[in-house]
Amino acid sequence: MNAKKTTDNCHTLAQTKKNTLRLFFWSVVWALATAGVAFGPKNLWNFNKWLTITAVLIHIGLGLGMIRVFKQFLLGLDELQRKIHLDAMALSLGIGLVFGGSYEMLEDIKLIPFQPEIPHLLTVMYLTYAVGAILGIRKYQ
Amino acid sequence: MKNRLKVLRAERDWTQADLADALGVSRQTVNAIEKGKFDPSLPLAFKVARLFGLSIEEIFHDIP
Repeated sequence: MNAKKTTDNCHTLAQTKKNTLRLFFWSVVWALATAGVAFGPKNLWNFNKWLTITAVLIHIGLGLGMIRVFKQFLLGLDELQRKIHLDAMALSLGIGLVFGGSYEMLEDIKLIPFQPEIPHLLTVMYLTYAVGAILGIRKYQ
Repeated sequence: MKNRLKVLRAERDWTQADLADALGVSRQTVNAIEKGKFDPSLPLAFKVARLFGLSIEEIFHDIP
């Protein structure tokens, strides 16, 4: 094996680590921005319209940035790793669609006493994605 | 799909990590291909064939 190829792969692994850290950073920032939009208007700026609009725009901008970073993360993976993550995303989307549709109706048909919330659906999708990725990694071990 | 990757690698006394380095993929990917759990893309199959100096058909076999 020549040294150049080893160096190239080390570079690829380092790049993957860097992309993973960037994705983690953007996810945390986006989550903080989400909290800012959810709680800021009531607790920080007393529903000031312009501050709320600014917070929403920042939230959307950071969300778009996170999508771009996630795409770079996927492109930096090798084909098996990419397949594992795309399969996990497909599972998450499917479960989100099925669960979200049913969950939204539960209050209308009086099976639950509270209003269904989007964060509950997002939590299910995050967890499904994580479980899907772990199962995929185990499947190809 | 079956393949002779493990045999070819062993003939050259390479580890999975060595082969992964040469192909620019993770060791997990090499392991999954060797075990027949994952079929490589055509570009990766060509890369494997070039590395061993063989044709794709001499390395990978379709199982009917």
